[in-house]
Amino acid sequence: MDQDKTQLTEFLLRMGDNALILGHRTSEWCGHAPVLEEDIALANTALDLMGQTQLWLTYAAEVMGDGKTADDLAFLRDVWDFRNLLLVELPNGDFGQTLMRQFLFDAFQSIHLPRLAKSSDPRVAEIAEKASKEAAYHVERSADTVVGLGDGTEESHNRMQAALDRLWPYIGEMFASDPVDAAMAEAGIAPDPANLRTEYDALVGRVLAEATLTVPESTFAHKGGRTGQTHTEHLGHLLTQMQWLQRAYPGATW
Amino acid sequence: MSKEWPLWEIFIRGQHGLSHRHVGSLHAPDAEMAIKNARDVYTRRNEGVSIWVVEANNIAASAPSEKGPLYEPSESKIYRHPTFYDIPDDVGHM
Repeated sequence: MDQDKTQLTEFLLRMGDNALILGHRTSEWCGHAPVLEEDIALANTALDLMGQTQLWLTYAAEVMGDGKTADDLAFLRDVWDFRNLLLVELPNGDFGQTLMRQFLFDAFQSIHLPRLAKSSDPRVAEIAEKASKEAAYHVERSADTVVGLGDGTEESHNRMQAALDRLWPYIGEMFASDPVDAAMAEAGIAPDPANLRTEYDALVGRVLAEATLTVPESTFAHKGGRTGQTHTEHLGHLLTQMQWLQRAYPGATW
Repeated sequence: MSKEWPLWEIFIRGQHGLSHRHVGSLHAPDAEMAIKNARDVYTRRNEGVSIWVVEANNIAASAPSEKGPLYEPSESKIYRHPTFYDIPDDVGHM
């Protein structure tokens, strides 16, 4: 595979794996959310993310061109092959932490996807066009919930602040550009994520202020997920759940 | 203050040109979230183009015990149904 294709594949895996892993995490709440309405809403979000996964990984598999399918990529790769942000593989924690993570991710998607919709790669543009409408709704919903819980009772406020403090060190990875991002920006396929930070901070800062939450001062960032260098221990555990059927019964279909 | 979210009645317009129709109810902390919850609970299968939400305790309803005085008087007034007219053939399907 030539260099261009390798880098495009890497980019597509990053997009697809974020959606896949967060979609799986979100789906873990199915049947367990604190109220019925939130349960259905979270399941809808999970399904939107699975739909996005399908589109990104299908394209990734085509670019790779070695006969693999999106299903192969989702269910037969191992931890070190995944290119998702560390943020999305973290365990759900309580409902507040789940929603805080959702908001921090949705905020990024809501800024990133509309730009991808103008990609020089028509396939990327098409996928981003569809996904950006979903992301626009997701961020509206998760921002509302963050405000509702942050500016809610003393307990909900404390839980949301704890969630923010826990998750904040995982934000920086979204904007940590590397040669793949440089190549994508050069080809007009995707924006350099480092350039999205100001807009992201403004959006997130506005919502967190309304939620009466304090943005942590630390700029330390855990990294290694989107490059595949170092995932957390949690991803392996997630994969044992997500992949067990294809591992135990290879090739099983409905 | 009650810890339960208030109940909202949900009305969905299925297509342009049709009226909003009552589809059910759900709980939400405020009107905005009620619309979002309605979107997630009642329009998952492409059912709607517009959502109305009304907090259930804002709906005034007729009392079932008064159904005699309210509805029986109209039972004997069949002339209110426009079924006694000869419709000219030229009108076609009505």
